[in-house]
Amino acid sequence: MRGASAFIAFALLAGCDTGLSTLAPAGPVAADIAWLWWVMLAGATLITVLMVVLLVVAFGRPKDTGSRVWTHGMGLWFSLTVLTALLAAGLWVGERIQPRDDDAVVVRAHAFQWGWEFSHEAADGTAVESNDLLHIPVGVPVDVLITSEDVIHSFWVPRLAGKMDAIPGRTNRTRIQADEAGEYDGLCAEFCGLNHAGMRFSVQAHANWPPDLNEAEQ
Amino acid sequence: MTDITSFDAAEDRATTNSIPRNPPQRALHLHRELGRVWANDKGFWGQITAVSHTTLGLRFMATAFVFFAIGGILSMLIRAQLATHQGAFLDTEIYNQIFTMHGSIMMFLFAIPMLEGLAIWLLPKMLGTRDMAFPRLTSLGYWCYLFGGLIMLTALLFGVAPRDGWFMYTPLASAVHSPGINADVWLLGVTFVEISAIAAAVEITVTILRQRAPGMKLTEMPLFAWYMLGTSAMMLVGFPPLIAGSVLLELERAFGWPFFDPTRGGDPLLWQHLFWLFGHPEVYIIFLPAAGVMSMIIPVMCRTKILGYGAIVAAVLGLVFLSFGLWVHHMFTVGIPHMALAFFSAASVLVAVPTAVQVFAWIGTMWKGQPQLHLPMYHILGFFLTFVMGGLTGVMLAIVPFNWQAHDTAFVTAHLHYVLIGGFVFPMMAAVTYWMPLITGRRRIKGLGETAFWVIVVGFHGTFFIMHLTGLMGMPRRIDIYPDNPEWVWLNLTSSIFSFVLTIGFAMFALDLLLQIFLGKRESRDPWEAPTLDWAMPLPSPNYNYASLPTLRDLDKPARDVILPLARGEGALPGAPRGRREFLVTRAINAEPDHVAILPGNTALPLVLSASIGVFVLLMLASLYLLAAFALLPVAALIWVWVRAMAPSGDLRPIEIAPGTSLPVHHHARQSLAQSGLNALLVADGTLFASLIFGLAFLSVVTQGPAAPPAGAHTMASLVALGVIGVVMMIAAWIATGVGRGTAQLGVVLNIVALVVLTWLALTQMDDPTVHARDALRAAVAGYVALHVIVAAGMAAFVADQYRRGEITAQIHGGYPGWRKWQSFTTATTLIAIAILLAQVFA
Ligand code: HEM
Ligand SMILES: [Cu+2]
Ligand SMILES: [Cu+2]
Repeated sequence: MRGASAFIAFALLAGCDTGLSTLAPAGPVAADIAWLWWVMLAGATLITVLMVVLLVVAFGRPKDTGSRVWTHGMGLWFSLTVLTALLAAGLWVGERIQPRDDDAVVVRAHAFQWGWEFSHEAADGTAVESNDLLHIPVGVPVDVLITSEDVIHSFWVPRLAGKMDAIPGRTNRTRIQADEAGEYDGLCAEFCGLNHAGMRFSVQAHANWPPDLNEAEQ
Repeated sequence: MTDITSFDAAEDRATTNSIPRNPPQRALHLHRELGRVWANDKGFWGQITAVSHTTLGLRFMATAFVFFAIGGILSMLIRAQLATHQGAFLDTEIYNQIFTMHGSIMMFLFAIPMLEGLAIWLLPKMLGTRDMAFPRLTSLGYWCYLFGGLIMLTALLFGVAPRDGWFMYTPLASAVHSPGINADVWLLGVTFVEISAIAAAVEITVTILRQRAPGMKLTEMPLFAWYMLGTSAMMLVGFPPLIAGSVLLELERAFGWPFFDPTRGGDPLLWQHLFWLFGHPEVYIIFLPAAGVMSMIIPVMCRTKILGYGAIVAAVLGLVFLSFGLWVHHMFTVGIPHMALAFFSAASVLVAVPTAVQVFAWIGTMWKGQPQLHLPMYHILGFFLTFVMGGLTGVMLAIVPFNWQAHDTAFVTAHLHYVLIGGFVFPMMAAVTYWMPLITGRRRIKGLGETAFWVIVVGFHGTFFIMHLTGLMGMPRRIDIYPDNPEWVWLNLTSSIFSFVLTIGFAMFALDLLLQIFLGKRESRDPWEAPTLDWAMPLPSPNYNYASLPTLRDLDKPARDVILPLARGEGALPGAPRGRREFLVTRAINAEPDHVAILPGNTALPLVLSASIGVFVLLMLASLYLLAAFALLPVAALIWVWVRAMAPSGDLRPIEIAPGTSLPVHHHARQSLAQSGLNALLVADGTLFASLIFGLAFLSVVTQGPAAPPAGAHTMASLVALGVIGVVMMIAAWIATGVGRGTAQLGVVLNIVALVVLTWLALTQMDDPTVHARDALRAAVAGYVALHVIVAAGMAAFVADQYRRGEITAQIHGGYPGWRKWQSFTTATTLIAIAILLAQVFA
């Protein structure tokens, strides 16, 4: 498959400079999922090649084949084996990256048409609010509590973790983690009306936590 | 070698239950006689009154093709906008309307009507009958589809089209966040169109179960019929949740009943559940007919028989079942606990197994036979390549952690087009090129079709393959500009360029068809040397399909061996000697002949009825709710006229379908087509009821909104009223099991009593439905019951009227069995509703 190798090459090239690429993970959660993707891509490529080969061979002479090889052997057992393995891998990764009851840092993300209100706790326990910029500590898991003011939005920082919807009337929790200090791009992933495309935000990962924001701004 | 020629040598099966041959007649004479009876009226008027499945099936497909072109033009606008990161030619409002309409048109106005059209056109030919079970219903479905589609298009022209995405998530689509009529256009327009889906599903089910050629057992019918049986079952169960959801959302928008409003006890996720309870099965509703086409064409193209018939049937049934258990995979990011997601993830992955069984059975068939590269085979290969890749990305998306990254990105856009174009459009192109000679009687002009295929393949993969990468690089779907992300430009630009190649390919495909229609040379009969009945007729197929109907001895033979005997009238029920449209009705499992159905002829009634439904829809759109309620009166009157036209008249003596074999006409039948149709309709109706109950349960168990104010439903008076309704309805159901003019009249009275009490209850006792979602849903359930009671009263009145006219006799039951069935259904749902209400009140 020339297409697939070209795909990988593009992906690697593209991965290095971008702020929103899931293929350039910057934390363990996103890294686990990216790893899952590369494995699935390899498997899918193999299966596609297999199908193409089977189709090409079909154009030879009529062959004396039994039907159970195809319907039971390939259709049932082959696919069940591959799928079970994949499902297990997915479950394992899913469980690893779940929020759980450790004492992760908790921050809040409140979505509205069209922007984000974030808050984290300062050293004295008071809530510090910030618009379109979320502060988190570096190197530790952070749980984000996600709510919405009006319609459904979705909180997504592709280099740190998967997305989680902000649904009015509910509070959702998701876990993100950044390996290095710096700024990461995020966006609203669920269509939310006129300014959906502009509903961007950033995540600032700080080495010192809680951050001294006045200092950081200078 | 054996396999390749085996269908030539098919042995005559046991002839014990086969019907004797009729003496041969002059084919031309029969053709004239049948032509007079079955032909459409002349000219334009003839198009209005046509009820023939051949005419309407083709018209469905042609209309769907036009909508495909419109949807395609919209997609070109999307791609043009996305070609650069500033995309400054559409404003956001218009862009949102365009992608919403592209998705909605492609799903509701192209894919579904296209498969309905194919089934309506093809099934009677393949099963060996002369028309669908309810020809007027076919026509009604068509007009509802056309009018609903036109309403949506008109809205687009005036810039007030739906703009909240094709799945219309609330609260974005609620009155507060989506003012104006845009969302109403979607809710009312799509529901209007769905009348045709339900109508088609009912017809298809009944036609497959009751109109197969005598001796064509269920377990031996062509695979396409199995696929369509699965599809229509899914439509009967899949569409009602969408209809329920749309009605509720429209009630919320129009009257403020807060089903989905979290501030008043509603839940936006209820909409998502109802939508995807429909939406996922929808994907298989679209795929199954296409897979059915594969299963028919591949063996013919490979000069062999299908491999693994039984396994394929099992796979179809498995898909039908499984596909109702996976809808949550569209909701992996809404915050459902991971372990619950794991269940739906497993189910979603599992559904790939029956799909794999079919794909491998097809490839095995190709190995077994000798594939020949005719044009349909090209599209089949296009299907394999594209659909397999789409299926693989589908499995990836079913893996929860990956879904969290890929959901709502261009990756999903790529995936869904791989399955929809790979799994539906390619097979449909194979189908059209394969059956074109039967449609036009002409041969295609070589060369253009193949070129079109290659342009489409290159255009398609060029457009959508790198869109996977675009998505993984973080580009969400449904955005119109991306000024901060220059790294996506080359990806999008590539997609946009190839999308124009793709469009050119489709245009060439259309051109090829037009050339074939207007310039093709005459094709000879049975050009593919197929083993199925659909080719056992002259080209192009006449309206009545068969001069005489095929029976057991005509099955499983090369079509060319049965064309002549059937055309000469040697099959069953030759010609139209009684001057009316007739075909054979058989029993569901073993296809033993049962009776002869007499069909209505050409009529404009379906057009008038759907136009009057259209008036109702337009009045609703204009927010003239009171007038809209009155607009239902003509609808009811027309339905009465519709059913009156089925009253027995003329010669009702048994008909000799072959020497020594006589069958009663349908008025004397124990189980007529109409009754089978009512059964199918009640499956859909019951699912609609279940969807409402699901909503009630969901709100009280899952939703954590503000609690409802204390309910008024447990006052003594309302308890008594509920009791009265229950008892009255039980008596009504009980008397409906007896026979007699008096019982029918009593039935009218009882239903009216129940209705009056229910109205009193609603007006004086029930809580204001605008305050809390729970009370809104109770009111909706009450409305459902009231509607059914009204219909029950109408049916009882109809039966009483038939007694008065002396139409019901010891042998002819008229509308009686229908009323009885409806009455028991109404009583059952009423009692369930009462029980649930009481359980909620006292729990
Ligand atoms: C003719 C070639 C087609 C092209 C170039 C095309 C292109 C597109 C694009 C670019 C989008 C998404 C834009 C976005 O949200 O960012 C889209 C959305 C969609 N397309 Fe197509 N499409 C084509 C054919 C089809 C067909 C045949 C179907 C279905 C049978 C289909 C169904 C959909 C649906 C359901 C959506 C989602 C709409 C939404 O997000 O509300 N498309 N298409
Ligand atoms: Cu948003
Ligand atoms: Cu799905």
